[in-house]
Amino acid sequence: MVTIRSETTESDGDLPLLELRGITKAFLDVRVLDGVDLDLRRGEVHAVVGENGAGKSTLMKIISGVYPPDGGSVEFDGTPVSFRSPRQAQSAGIGIIHQEFNLLPERTVAENVFLGHEPLRRGLVDKRAMLRRTAELLDAVGETSFPPTARVGQLGVARQQVVEIVKALALDARLLIMDEPTAALADHEVELLYALVRRLQERGIGILYVSHRLVEVFDLSSRITVLKDGHRVTTAPTAETSHDQLVRHMVGRELAHYYPPRAEADRIGEVRLSVRDGANNRLRGIDLDLRAGEVLGVAGLQGSGRSALARAIFGAAPFTSGEVRLDGRPVRLRTARSAIRAGIAYLTEDRKGEGIAAGQSVLDNALLAGRAVFPRWAGRAARTVRIRDLLAAVDVRAAGDQQEIRFLSGGNQQKVVLARWLSLTPRILLFDEPTRGIDVGAKSAIHDLVRRLARDGAAVLMISSELPELLGMSDRIVVMRDGTIAGELPARATEEDVMGLATGADRAESR
Amino acid sequence: MTAELTRDPDGTATQRRSGAAARGRLTRPGGVLPIVAILALLLVLIAIQQPDFFQPASLLSFLGRSAPIIILAAGQYFVIVSGEFDLSVGSLVTAQVVVAARLIDSDPGRTWPVVLLLFGFGLLVGLANGLITTALRVPSFITTLGMYLILVGAVYLWSDGAPRGGLSDEFRRFGRLAVEDVPLLGRLPYALLVLLAVAGLLLLFSRSDPGRTLVAVGDNPRTAELAGVRVGRAKTVAFVLSGLAATVAAILLGGYSGVSFQAGLGLEFTAITAVVLGGVALGGGRGALLGAMLGALTLETLFTLMNFYGVSGALKSTVQGLIILAAVSVGALRRR
Repeated sequence: MVTIRSETTESDGDLPLLELRGITKAFLDVRVLDGVDLDLRRGEVHAVVGENGAGKSTLMKIISGVYPPDGGSVEFDGTPVSFRSPRQAQSAGIGIIHQEFNLLPERTVAENVFLGHEPLRRGLVDKRAMLRRTAELLDAVGETSFPPTARVGQLGVARQQVVEIVKALALDARLLIMDEPTAALADHEVELLYALVRRLQERGIGILYVSHRLVEVFDLSSRITVLKDGHRVTTAPTAETSHDQLVRHMVGRELAHYYPPRAEADRIGEVRLSVRDGANNRLRGIDLDLRAGEVLGVAGLQGSGRSALARAIFGAAPFTSGEVRLDGRPVRLRTARSAIRAGIAYLTEDRKGEGIAAGQSVLDNALLAGRAVFPRWAGRAARTVRIRDLLAAVDVRAAGDQQEIRFLSGGNQQKVVLARWLSLTPRILLFDEPTRGIDVGAKSAIHDLVRRLARDGAAVLMISSELPELLGMSDRIVVMRDGTIAGELPARATEEDVMGLATGADRAESR
Repeated sequence: MTAELTRDPDGTATQRRSGAAARGRLTRPGGVLPIVAILALLLVLIAIQQPDFFQPASLLSFLGRSAPIIILAAGQYFVIVSGEFDLSVGSLVTAQVVVAARLIDSDPGRTWPVVLLLFGFGLLVGLANGLITTALRVPSFITTLGMYLILVGAVYLWSDGAPRGGLSDEFRRFGRLAVEDVPLLGRLPYALLVLLAVAGLLLLFSRSDPGRTLVAVGDNPRTAELAGVRVGRAKTVAFVLSGLAATVAAILLGGYSGVSFQAGLGLEFTAITAVVLGGVALGGGRGALLGAMLGALTLETLFTLMNFYGVSGALKSTVQGLIILAAVSVGALRRR
């Protein structure tokens, strides 16, 4: 026993909450983790960063009991553990907040929080106790904007995330894994999450914070561990680390610039796509021109109709009124197929749900659109060669193109989907959150690619909830609010300009 | 792989990885290696008990007898891999046999027109299954169960409760006769030739663009839709293939065992068992046509083996049930 407790939590005598030693894991002989060490103290926010495919997700899955490690040891709270299921890890006090929530939208907050371990009284669910304890937990994390009786489906993404966190706390979680917790949040919601994380920290909960957004990592964490290709590159106190150092550790090279240069005015050509008074049940009064050679950014809060706009142009959820013209000719694009035939490509924001076919190979995924829309009996070998070249050109990293795409990291999956579209040489590209959940290196590669496509004469529409990305990439920005275009901004706009239009603050001021 | 070769200076690492990928291809869920291994094991067991089985004549006639179920399994494969079920094939086989007997009525001159008509009927049933499932969004389990019941009732009604008429010898030739005096092989059953032709055509289709697309549809229909696949049409094609396959199976079975209301009894489950045994995932998106056909052959081999060892034929359906449960749970475990 340590008799004298030091004031700082960094003292050597303080037993770590979690200690990993030499964790190793391989899938189909491909090593995804190789001798990784990691420790987490009570009340510490420890950030884990790395490119896609670096092994972060696998490491988190091992800690939370989804996979057993092939080698190495896990100690939680001083005792060696080997969880055989996520449930065991949960009951030991390890909670994980995934990017995608596991909530029942039709149930109340309290029912979700206590799902599967409802407090009982005489064999029946004790609703009053459930509500009371949920209220206490919500109070403890400083959330007062909704009651325990609210229906989860009616809460926004940020509040649903709070429900997820409270759900973990209800199981007495002492360690929380947060996997890209801000990926689905709008900028103003991120601040609320910061506050919540700090409260959890004060309660002595250790937090493993996985994120691609380095700004958050610097704002929140006390230490940072960098993983690369399944190895731990470094673990360093955040205060002693610089942004550039971190990026260097992650990609193994200096990033000279983040965004490729914008289009010169004379490279922007005639209008490829125009929409006049486009409307459907999510959109109204859409007037939009998209020109050859430009990257048109689309900003807006979650639910403002950004994705609905892209899906309407692509025919996946078509406009029900208004006029769409391609190169000046009126067209009716009622299905994705007709849009693809017209030379339009749409990179969905929901990669897992509708971007990839998870059980199919990299090659089959890349070939999907070509096979479906332009099937052929002859010349298939040549097409495969071309796809392989494209996969190489966009730098997909996989154990061969026969590997199932579900084993690839998010960034590599995204590159495969990109290759699928590029193989059709589309003239209009609609990118919906093309870099969501993707590491710095892959992000930069996708930015370069988007710009190169525009330079080669494609018309690009790009949706992003990351304002720096949107401002860095776009030649012009339209901002959406409540299903319509609230305004247009030039390339040199500021984040404040965009947020003003997105939230309607501009209107409030002018009154 | 080119990307990797250019970037990875350590050649050995690259090779080790591609070796792993090649091995993964054979053993991954949905591959044909497990079913080949099971089939080989059963053949060894047969060889111990009944070495005569491997004489060309008896082996070829065994393959000929297995042809209908292999063809049914091949049709069922397309439906299952696209994420659906076809429970109507058994009663479709019965219907086809009974209809053929009544329409031909032992008149050889009517054989070919009736065969043509049967294909038209099989196509229509498949089309109906497909359209009801995709356009009306009725789960295929229900659609084809309904079709099963409709066909059973309609056939009873149409034939007044007992099969009438008879098949011509011309018709029965495919299921019953063989090309005689083939060098080295001896008797070569027509059914085997039909099987080879059908299997060849379907294998060609399964490797074509629409065939590969069908697997992606079963894996994730939303992804397929956004990639420009006409999901409803693709699934309907699968049902039509199943209906046509059932027609071929009916012609062979009618020829082999004659006309009865039992001609196709329970064949839908035999076909589904075979497909699942061949490593095709229920729910779609995974598995090979070759695996499904080998699964059917393995199942027939197993029944033959049970016969040789004197196991009661009554256990057939129990065995099928066990296989479905085992194959699906193994598949689920491996996909973890």
